[in-house]
Amino acid sequence: MSSPALETDKGVMSAPLPSRTARRLAQAAARKQAVHAWLLLMPALVLLLGFTHWPALSTLIDSLHATGRGGQSGEWVGLENYALMVDDPVFWQAVRNNLWFAAATIPLSMGLALLMALWVNEKLAGRALLRMAYFTPTVLPMIAVANIWLFFYTPQYGLLEQLRGALGLDAHNWLGDPSTALACITLVAVWKEAGFFMIFYLAALQTLNPSLKEAAVIEGASRWYFLRRVQWPLLMPTTLFILVNAVINAFRLVDYVFILTRGGPDNASTLLLYHLYEVGFKFWDTGYAAAITVVLVVVLAAVALFQFFVLDKKVHYQ
Amino acid sequence: MTAASFLPGRRSARESQGVSFYGASWLDTLAAWTLALLWLLPLAYAVWTAFHPSDASTRLDLSAPWTLQNFRHAWEAAPFARYFLNTILLVAMILAVQLLLSTLAAFAFARLRFRGSNVAFALVLIQLMIMPDILLVANYQTMSGLGAVDTLAGIGLPYFASAFAIFLLRQTFMGIPRELDEAARVEGASTLQILWRVYVPLARPVYTAFALVSVSFHWNNFLWPLIITNSVQSRPLTVGLQVFSSVESGVEWSTICAATLMTSGPLLIAFLLFQRQFVQSFMRAGIK
Repeated sequence: MSSPALETDKGVMSAPLPSRTARRLAQAAARKQAVHAWLLLMPALVLLLGFTHWPALSTLIDSLHATGRGGQSGEWVGLENYALMVDDPVFWQAVRNNLWFAAATIPLSMGLALLMALWVNEKLAGRALLRMAYFTPTVLPMIAVANIWLFFYTPQYGLLEQLRGALGLDAHNWLGDPSTALACITLVAVWKEAGFFMIFYLAALQTLNPSLKEAAVIEGASRWYFLRRVQWPLLMPTTLFILVNAVINAFRLVDYVFILTRGGPDNASTLLLYHLYEVGFKFWDTGYAAAITVVLVVVLAAVALFQFFVLDKKVHYQ
Repeated sequence: MTAASFLPGRRSARESQGVSFYGASWLDTLAAWTLALLWLLPLAYAVWTAFHPSDASTRLDLSAPWTLQNFRHAWEAAPFARYFLNTILLVAMILAVQLLLSTLAAFAFARLRFRGSNVAFALVLIQLMIMPDILLVANYQTMSGLGAVDTLAGIGLPYFASAFAIFLLRQTFMGIPRELDEAARVEGASTLQILWRVYVPLARPVYTAFALVSVSFHWNNFLWPLIITNSVQSRPLTVGLQVFSSVESGVEWSTICAATLMTSGPLLIAFLLFQRQFVQSFMRAGIK
């Protein structure tokens, strides 16, 4: 068991010591500490290198090679996989769907989350029950959530159709119609996520100084004005924080698609990660799948870097 | 009053006396409850369906008798016992390894001085940005190279080293006064003994929070387990449920609902019992 830090002790600061022996002792102690540190880090770092850094790198390399046989990458093809992607109508459909999905899910779930948090922060009757009702979907597995909603949307038997039937409206196949399939998935995602985002708003609301409210009341400000001019600006860091998480989730959480539509009908509800799954594990086109992965990694890394360098510089949480 | 507040936070004395400005109107209460009922409706519908005969749900016959038959059908129709075992083993294995590895790494980052610590920490943080959920294709190749396809270890391996846990514990360890570990050192304790006797006990709330988040994440995780497993021997509940309820299988709705509730039941019950801890842990996990 050797460690890269063994041979050096330069970077270690130590107070000027009178005798050489003392300095040598201090150096030995620092060296021992470095060895300990690397031994402690070793298991975690090896796993991270093996399952995060290496796969990220090998994905990039694979995306420049043709799909080979038996898990080996094929010959070098340069940017051919990316050219294939540009010409792939399903890829663009997935991009459009994903953007549409994000653009619908994010404001809806965040708006509802704020509303829920404002309500739950008030002294409404049965506040604890309300909070529980809003938050419960967060705890359920996405697959279970999709199952529950699948039944809800089902033609003829589903609750939605039974209600429509009772009202005398025409039958509609919500998941089977390309114009409504993605909207159905959006609704499920909003249902699942709003309660999760609520808890961040709630936590932020509870740290706001109560005297702000008193001052606003004394000044005769309306409740809406107070929300718009006082609470909303003060909640801005929380809003940005939730926004970043919501964007990441919009590209990362696709389990519903597997149960509800499988990307159909006619790719109307395919999302990027689902398309990646199909290319990589249904068609086994590793090279092309690697190229799609690179796109996804770039998107998510860009969001994370934006959070790190732009948001964290401007706002301080808590 | 304080028993009802379920998040940590200051409440003014005035508010707890019952005087509230912009007090909620009856309209607020009505709207909030309407939304809550709408929110619970899909779940309530699934519960109702699961506990009633299959023909009652398709006719929405509210007078139908209650029954546990659907749960028995589901339990007998698919190897749910095995799926439960797999999920429990998987979740326990991942959590144990995560806690051990991240404790060791976090301690090194928080308390030991060594060259390259910043680079090593940056390498760890990269995982927060590029999550294992995305690197499916490359990780699958690695697993087939290791012969870990269709094993529980194969599902768990990409998650064993958790950047989030390392980060969280590092922050916590850094907040522990150094005097404590110097005192222990004077008593002759070794580094590992100090870590075990001083740091770990003091960080217990953080361990609990992380454990809740990790368990619920891996109990619910689907895509990676779907890809890496292909037999009953290693399939976790989520994948088992998906296989069971796929359209081709022709299983009745009420049975699928029962299976769905069964698989989410343990977490749901745990949440209802320990709401406060759940919410606080999820929040802590979000605000890294």
